[in-house]
Formats: sequence, C-alpha cells, structure tokens
Amino acid sequence: MAFLKVLVQRIGYAVLLLIAVLVLNFTMINLAPGDVVDTIAADMGGANAELMAQIRAEYGLDQPVIVQLGSYIGRVLQFDLGYSYFYNRPVTELIFERLPATLLLVFSAQIFALVLGILLGVFAAQNPNGPLSHLVTLFALFGYAAPVFWTGILLLIAFSLKIPLFPVAGMRDVTIEGGFFPQALSVAHHLVLPMLTLGSIFIALYSRLCRASMLEVLGSDYVRTAKAKGLRPRDVVMKHALKNALPPVVTLAGLQFSAVISGAVLVETVFSWPGLGQLALTSILARDTPTILGILFFSALVVIVGNLLTDLVLRMIDPRVRGRG
Amino acid sequence: MTTFLKALARSVAAAALLVSAAHADEPVKGGTLITTLPQTPRHLNPAVQSGIVTGAPGAQLFAAPLRYDEDWTPQPYLAESWAWSDDGLSMTLNLVQDARFHDGEPITSEDVAFSVETIKANHPFKTMFGVVETVETPDEHTAVLKLSQPHPALLLAMSSQLMPIIPKHIYGDGQDPKSHPRNGQDVVGSGPFKFVEFTPDQQVILERNDDFFIEGRPYLDRIVYRIIKDAAARSIGMENGELHMTTFENTVRNIKRMSENDSLNVTDEGYAAIGPINWLAFNTGQDGPLADKRVRQAIAYALDKDFILNAIMLGLSQEAKTGIHPGSPLYFPDVNGYDLDLDKANALLDEAGYPKDANGIRFALTIDHGNPTTKPQAEFTKASLAKIGIDVSVNSFVDFPTWANKISNHDFDMTWDTVFNWGDPVIGVHRTYDSQNIKEGVIWSNTQQYANPKIDELMNAAGQEIDPAKRAELYREFQEILAEDLPVYWTNTLPYHTIYSKKVGNPPLGIWASSSPYDLVYLKDE
Repeated sequence: MAFLKVLVQRIGYAVLLLIAVLVLNFTMINLAPGDVVDTIAADMGGANAELMAQIRAEYGLDQPVIVQLGSYIGRVLQFDLGYSYFYNRPVTELIFERLPATLLLVFSAQIFALVLGILLGVFAAQNPNGPLSHLVTLFALFGYAAPVFWTGILLLIAFSLKIPLFPVAGMRDVTIEGGFFPQALSVAHHLVLPMLTLGSIFIALYSRLCRASMLEVLGSDYVRTAKAKGLRPRDVVMKHALKNALPPVVTLAGLQFSAVISGAVLVETVFSWPGLGQLALTSILARDTPTILGILFFSALVVIVGNLLTDLVLRMIDPRVRGRG
Repeated sequence: MTTFLKALARSVAAAALLVSAAHADEPVKGGTLITTLPQTPRHLNPAVQSGIVTGAPGAQLFAAPLRYDEDWTPQPYLAESWAWSDDGLSMTLNLVQDARFHDGEPITSEDVAFSVETIKANHPFKTMFGVVETVETPDEHTAVLKLSQPHPALLLAMSSQLMPIIPKHIYGDGQDPKSHPRNGQDVVGSGPFKFVEFTPDQQVILERNDDFFIEGRPYLDRIVYRIIKDAAARSIGMENGELHMTTFENTVRNIKRMSENDSLNVTDEGYAAIGPINWLAFNTGQDGPLADKRVRQAIAYALDKDFILNAIMLGLSQEAKTGIHPGSPLYFPDVNGYDLDLDKANALLDEAGYPKDANGIRFALTIDHGNPTTKPQAEFTKASLAKIGIDVSVNSFVDFPTWANKISNHDFDMTWDTVFNWGDPVIGVHRTYDSQNIKEGVIWSNTQQYANPKIDELMNAAGQEIDPAKRAELYREFQEILAEDLPVYWTNTLPYHTIYSKKVGNPPLGIWASSSPYDLVYLKDE
C-alpha cells in the first residue's frame, strides 16, 4: 500500500530528526554559562562550594560535555529520558503528567482557531471589500499582532475580574468533589480563556488564507457553472467552493503546530495551566537539562504527529492527495 | 529600630487591635483558606531545602522548637521552655508532652537530635548549626544542643523556616534526605496541618491535624496553596475573590492596584526576618576604580535614593541604609545614607585621581542585572552616573544561571542584587562581608571580594555574644564601618507585601510571614 510506504518513510525521517534535535539542543544548552547547580544553590538562598561540588558530581556534571552527550544519547535510545535534577523524578514521568493538559490546550485552541478562522474567511470572501470584511481583517490582525501574554491578561481582566465568568488560574477547581462529569465541566470552564488566548494568534492566519483561497475558488469556472445551474448561493459557497478552498488552510494549520506549542508556553504561564509549557519554563530557568531535552523531544514528537494527522485530514478532504499516494 | 519606627509600629498595632475589637472577632473554626505560592517548590521539606516556597507549606507540615510573632522575642512552640547554660555553650530544650507526628508516633528528643543532624549535614546555611557538636537526649522530652562556641543565632534558627522537626522513623531510613521520596509525597510532619496533595505547578493541599499538640487549634479545616506564577493573575484572583490571601507579592504596580481595592488588606508587615535587601554591589577585588572606596562612595552620592524609593518602588519599600533589614532590632540607621550630592561625588572622584577627559568622561564601568525586577535600577544607575563622568553600559541577563555564573566568578564591575537576611545576621548577613567567604563559583558568597580584618573580627565577636545589648553594640560598629567602606550600596528593602481579604483573621504578620505556622489563622463567618 502506497500510504503505508509513505508512513514508514515518514517515521524513518522522524527518528533521524529526533536524534538531530537531541544533539543540537544538548549542545546549545551546554554552551550557555551556568548550570542547574547554580539554580539549586539560588533556590536554597545561597550555598557553599563543597555542597555545590557534591551535587555536580552526583549529576555527572563534572564529566566532559562529550561524555555527557554520549551517555545521554545512549540512554534515550533505550527509551530512558533520564532523571530531572530539579524535580528529582524521572523525566518521562514528569512529561506524561503534563502532556494531557498541553494536548488539550493545543488541540482545542487549534480547532477553535481553525473553525472560527474558516468561518470568518468564508464570510469575508463573500464581499471582500465591504466594511464587515475589513472589520474581520482588523480583528484578526489584532489577535495576531498582540503579544499572547498581553491578550491573556486582558481577557483575565475582562472575564475574570470585570465580568467574573471564568476562573483566573489553574485547570480545575480543587474544591469540587465528584465524578468524571463535574470534573470535566470544571476543566472545560478553566479551559475557555487559555484556549481563546492561544487561538487568537492563529485566527488571523487561517481567516486570511481562507479568504484568499475562497476568493480564488469563487472566481473559477465551476463555481460560475454552479451558480448558473441556479443552486442556492449558500450551497455554492459551502458545498462547492469551500471544499476546494480548505486544503491550503489545513496544510497551514499542520505547519503551525510548532508555533502553537511555543505559544502554549506563554499562555500556560499566564493562566497557570499545568502543562508542558510551564514545565519547560521552569526547567529552562533552572537549567534542568534532562527535562528541557525531554520536553523538546516530546514537542518534536507532537509536531511530527500533528503533521501526520494533517496529512490524514488532507486525504479525507481532498481526493487528489489520496490519488497521489 | 528608631523610636519613630517603634512608635509607628505601635500605633499600627494599636490600630489593628482597634479594628479587630470593633468586629469583636472570635476565631471561628472551619473553612478552606485559598492562598498562593509564586513558584513550584522542589519539595516540602525545609530541613533540606531553603526558600520561601518550601518554607510556607513546610511551616504548616512541621513544627519547630520556637515561634515568633511581630516582635523578635522567641515564644514556646514545640519546646515549652528553653535555656542557655551560663557559658553559652549549651541550649536545653524541654519539649511539650504528648506531641505526636501525623502518623501517631510520639515526637521525642531523638527526633530533635535527628533533625538538627540532618539540617546540619544537608541544609545550605552551614552557619546555622555548624557549631552544634552533639545533641544529647537525657530523656524523651529533653534535648541539649552542645556547642563549640556561644551561638546566639541559634534562637532564630530554631523557627519553622529553618528547623522543622522531622520524624526520625521516616527520614532516618538510610536514604539521602535531600532526595527522600517522602519530601514531596505522603509527608509526615509534626505541625498544625497534614499533607493531602502536592501537584507541581498546580497546588499543595493540607488539612487540619486534629491531633495537634496545641489544644483547640488549628482553626482552618484546609489550606489550599495554588501555584500561580503570574503576578497579574494572582492580583486578579485576589480582586475577584478567588483567593483569600497572597504573600511575598513584590510587583509594585499590582500591589498599588490591590491597595485601592476596599475589600483587600495590603501590608508590608511580616518580612523582617526573611529580610530582603536590594543593593548595588561593587567588585572591589579587581584592579580599577572600584577598588577605591572613594569611587564607591561617589557612586552612592550620585544615585538619588529617593527616586528609587518613590519612582521605581512607588513608595512601597523601606529605605535600607545597611545590610541588616530595617525591621531588625539590630538595624542601626544613624549611618551615612549617601543622600544625593553630585558635587561631593565629583570631588571624591577627582581626589581619587580620575579626572574628566575632554569628553567629560572619567572611566567606563559595566552593570549587570539578572533579575528583571532590577532593570529599572540598572538603567537609572547608567543615567545617574553619566552625570559624574562615569560611562556605564548595562548587561541584561534573561536567565539566572548565566548571571549567577558571571557574578560568582567575579567577572563583573557592578550588579544590582537582592539578598536575604534569613533571621540572624550570622545566617544571612555575614556571608556577604566575610573575607573567608570569598569563594569562586558560589553566588551570594562574598562576591564583592571585600576584605577588612576589623569587620571579620566584629562579626566573629558578635556571632558569639550572648548578651543582646553588647551584641547590638558590636553590630552598630559593624554597620558604621561597612557604610564607610561601602562594598555594596544598600538602597531599599524588597517591597514584599501580604494581601488578604477581609475574611481572613490573624493573617501571618509575624517576622517570618508565611513561613510561620497558620494554627491561628481563621476565616470569618460572612
């Protein structure tokens, strides 16, 4: 099967890419002055030289960098991401604890941005020079241009403080007892603002692209034919035009996965969303190399999986891709 | 403390009493206090981890021999009484009877001895228990700390932040206490609250210890520490009522905004023991202008401290004229405060042999800052020193390790820094000025490379002086000489504030702020 062949090839590239990611990141982190022991010492409010030397020896940080790199790659190949210096726990454990929160945030923000972006794009394409179309553009570009932490704080002030609809931080209300349903509801309640914030950056991209793509399609012969057949304008737009306008948008969405993840770092910090982004920030500031590398490894993995999913979706909506195999 | 400050403190205390009397508040039992931590603690055991985010929940989980309220007098806690020997070489602690750990095991003098040994071997502050040679346990409720020299700092070291009593039957199992699995999960302590949950980056949940050794306490059923790193999010949480209390707030704009909210109380009381001080540090050890104290003094004269206090800190922090926190009874404010005087600054630089060149420049220096909160001070320093012919370039470092590495390896001219007193000067003050503590690679050691035999001698004497009056006298001289030598130029305290809703009764305003036991804290009935 052609698809399987492509898949195997993709996975092969992915493994090579992941190893490159590891080596590159390891080198870059080690190029920066200072290490986790400096942070641990600071965290303790000061320390003494003996204690610091002892901790360095415990973590193998007194070894030459090349030796550290070699042993690290060796362990990763055995699916061992090592031990976090800072949290004193296995990195895989830390990451799996955080991954669901990040995936929830990233995917819901992505879907939200896609749905709203496409709707706005379609809407704007109907009357590309009308005032409403310009308004959409303005709104979308504002979301794109505003720094995401600023958007987050602004939404907090608006919808947590002035109109207290949503909680200010966290992922669930710890005082809520009960089964799956009330818990899920609480998570959804907490998810709204972070999702809007993270999604806001991408609405502009998707709506602008969808608008351009729609305009192109709407001008094509088969749409004119459809109109000439006397189909309702709504059917022309939604059934005939949109189907052909979508593939570029979906492709872009796939490419944006890495951007969504990096955006999540900031959004998670503003909203105390307990995902990988917050873990990443803490470990970067703490120079907790195994955790940083682990997170980058998983982020690369998420991006790769996201791209594969995009491919699958494209196959679903575009028979031409399917045909190409 | 000056008489003025004392009077001020007294009137504030009186006002507070009046307010509480007006409400005729009797502590109420029950309720869940929702408060905050600004970072995720590595774990919850303060015996092997310093820092306020471990100290806050740690003080609830573990009891200490002594406790402190807003004045600096020690009060009984797990020790009903304590006494120095006449020669100051031993401290006898008498523990309360029938105190039990959360798992029901009795708290004995063995646990005290074990805790002291563990802290001594693993805690970064070696000066706290370094002089404790042995801990004798003549009976179950008596522990005697034997010292190699008199050590008055012990009294402040015996509070919750620094000397939690940890159970020997759990932490004495041979595993490394620094990475013990029970530090962060299933923690068994001796304090007013028991461990329920610790989820990094989310929350720490504690519940009432029904078997607490002080009858009828604590009042609260639960404490939830929500870990919220973003200061703006914490202040919005306070304003919309989602949080009852937040401590260690130091972003002045947020504090200002919260202080305008009628439903919130905002106070800077409670941070005297932790004692955070902002200062401009000079690398006195390298060849060049900063080795000359006249140059350092000139720089101090050229910086307008009022601008820092009022424009940068918005009037929310106190002036600090020495390395000892203004809230400490050992603080001596009658030293040279280096009020703005550009003529004097210029004269000192001329005298030191650094005339202005044709462009009006005397020499160039760099200033580093690693903490984003000190960026305004760094920029302000550059602008101020330009006026006296010193060309300053500012280096910003986004992350702590890079900055710490540079400073601790003495590769800098000047840097803005924040350093904590941690109770007694022996613990957090001496390290900055001790010539024996010039250690490459160790941040917050004597990174200024300052050495003065007279200062070393004074610290040595004060560290061993049991008589409080004589001790204060030694520290007075210490502060006077330092204010003249100026290895660092102290400007202000960090504007730490506690913000609490009107619902919170007995907020932690003692000298250890949130690192004190919350057994007296309660939530008022609506």
